[in-house]
Amino acid sequence: MRKHLVKSAAIVGATLLVVAACGTNDKTEAGGTGGSCDTSKGTLTVGVVAPLSGNLSALGIGIKQSAELAVDEANKKCTVKGYKLQVSAQDDEANPAKGAQAATKLSTDPNVVGVVGTLNSSVAQTVQPILQGKKIPQVSPANTNPSLTRGNEFLTAPKRQFDNYFRVCATDDLQGPFAANYMVEKAGKKKIAIITDGKTYGKGLADEFSKQVAKKGGTIVGNETIGEKDTDFSGVVSKIKALAPEAVYYGGEYPAAGPLSKQLKDGGLNVPLMGGDGIYDQKFIDLGGKEGDLATSVGAPTESLDTAKAFVNAYKEKFGKEDYAAYGAFSYDAANAIIGALAKTVEGGEWGDAKRDAMLTNVGSYSGSGATGEVKFDQYGDSTNKVLTVYQVAGTKWDDVQTGEYTG
Amino acid sequence: MSVLLQQLANGVVQGALIALIALGYTMVYGIIQLINFAHGEVFMVSSYGGLATFTLLPDDLKKSPAVALPLMFLGGILVAVVVAVIMERFAYRPLRNAPRLAPLITALGVSVFLQEAVRVWYPDATSNLPYPKVFPTGNLTLGTISVPWTGVLLVVLSVGLSIGLQTYVNRSRMGRAMRATAQDPDTAKLMGINPDRVIVLTFIFGAVLAGVAGVMFGGYLNNINIDMGFQNGIFAFTAAVLGGVGSIRGAVIGAFIIGLIKTLAGQYMPGGTQYDYVWIFVVLILVLVFRPQGLFGEPERVRA
Repeated sequence: MRKHLVKSAAIVGATLLVVAACGTNDKTEAGGTGGSCDTSKGTLTVGVVAPLSGNLSALGIGIKQSAELAVDEANKKCTVKGYKLQVSAQDDEANPAKGAQAATKLSTDPNVVGVVGTLNSSVAQTVQPILQGKKIPQVSPANTNPSLTRGNEFLTAPKRQFDNYFRVCATDDLQGPFAANYMVEKAGKKKIAIITDGKTYGKGLADEFSKQVAKKGGTIVGNETIGEKDTDFSGVVSKIKALAPEAVYYGGEYPAAGPLSKQLKDGGLNVPLMGGDGIYDQKFIDLGGKEGDLATSVGAPTESLDTAKAFVNAYKEKFGKEDYAAYGAFSYDAANAIIGALAKTVEGGEWGDAKRDAMLTNVGSYSGSGATGEVKFDQYGDSTNKVLTVYQVAGTKWDDVQTGEYTG
Repeated sequence: MSVLLQQLANGVVQGALIALIALGYTMVYGIIQLINFAHGEVFMVSSYGGLATFTLLPDDLKKSPAVALPLMFLGGILVAVVVAVIMERFAYRPLRNAPRLAPLITALGVSVFLQEAVRVWYPDATSNLPYPKVFPTGNLTLGTISVPWTGVLLVVLSVGLSIGLQTYVNRSRMGRAMRATAQDPDTAKLMGINPDRVIVLTFIFGAVLAGVAGVMFGGYLNNINIDMGFQNGIFAFTAAVLGGVGSIRGAVIGAFIIGLIKTLAGQYMPGGTQYDYVWIFVVLILVLVFRPQGLFGEPERVRA
């Protein structure tokens, strides 16, 4: 009996070890060699917080690798005098609690000069205050919830929330209405049902969409919430079908949206499903996104931009495949904003905690021409680049159908 | 009216899936009083097993469902059975006479281990994987309601297999040995029954059912992820408790009740689908308060 207990204890121990090992996998990677630059003052770190595993990993890995690309190029070009840069990528698993852990880990490292991330607005909410406490600039390539920069009263009484937080993408108070205009005016759908996953991003986006639909003379016929981990949506589908909408707007991300679109069709409701940048990914189509489904995303289509060509080519050269995903170009620009501000901050001096205030100011006043166009921040930390694009599923890929700025 | 009928049909399909998993919970509990929390994960790995089988098939076989489908079921079931047998042998058998809490904790450990193992080792398993489209497509349409053919197949398999299992346990020699072991393992041993064999067989039966469920799940919903075991496992566990842990009939009926509550609450209760889980657990709590042994369970015996 005693022997058996020891044996089982060993098994439990081994199991826990394996689990622990998975959790603490060191994902730090060097951002390439310093080449022939002067790196005598040491190494500084650009942090990345994004979902590197889990359902949204396709987007997260695009963010991480694009940031690595930016750091690599900076090292080759000796952008930051006297220092070598490296990327420390932390996995937030799209989970706010994990994001807080990742941010804490980065914030305790005195060499971390800035953080690229997060992907999810809900994760940003827990990461923002932690990084602010250490005055670490955070530049998000993908958070689109407007309250992150301007507070809950973002339309009527905007107020800067965190002086260390910036983003390079347009927000949902532009993206939602932009989608609504397309849906009602261009696609001519007046009766629309809303489904969201109830999270900060999805719900916020759907709310902005709904308001604009009403303004344009459309009707919202139903409002449903699904669990983000649900897989069988037949209940929701039947409920929505009974309302006979001409289109469905989904506030959430592709892991649920793809299967949902397919189940809508299987359930006899063959109408287009539209979503935001959270569903604009190849995986959406792989998982069941159907012909005619729509998505808005921030910025112009990466491939079509002259400014993005260099990025796309460099990315392909470094990583082989074209999988920078929806936010690759934004992440590249976010990392470059941090690197550019850093170069200015340490110019002729040394990095240290005393430089953190100057670093924040320099990120705020950063201005550059990036892969997504002009990269510049307004007084709230939002991007001044408000370009958005509507995409449509054609065959097995996304086609861009309309690019522009939301003008009301 | 047509909405109600459609939601009832949806509920029955969801219930059928939960039933296949719940049977594994209830049988293992019935015999060794172990809540095998890793059973949901057996269901999950079997789904990946079916997918792996399909991926490994030569291209010409992939195109013929008549060959590919049975092979996928075989692959899925095989993976489930192997995992369940190894799990029983190395995680539960050494703890058979330990206090009840020990195997329960091991079960949780095994559950996390299996999830992480698939996540780390199965290619691309960090996100949802699309399932091959080898199942019959299209819907069965009856008046205003329509159910995908995969859903119909799921219900037929679920009901058929649980009737088969019930008959086997009640009629066969091995079934009698199972019931004897459940009643009193020590006396059963004196009567010439080998409890180890009975227990392994119980795990195997549970795994076969979970294997069928795993492959059907992929076919029905067209995509799988590593969380599916936990999510559906919790429903199945709830179904088993609702029906009375240890009762085969109870588990199946409990599963259908849960499927129906989920879709009906989503349609008719305030809050809609956002709160459908709440109603499932409200019913569970009510049953446990007023009938702790579950709907079809027997009051717990005090062992001498």
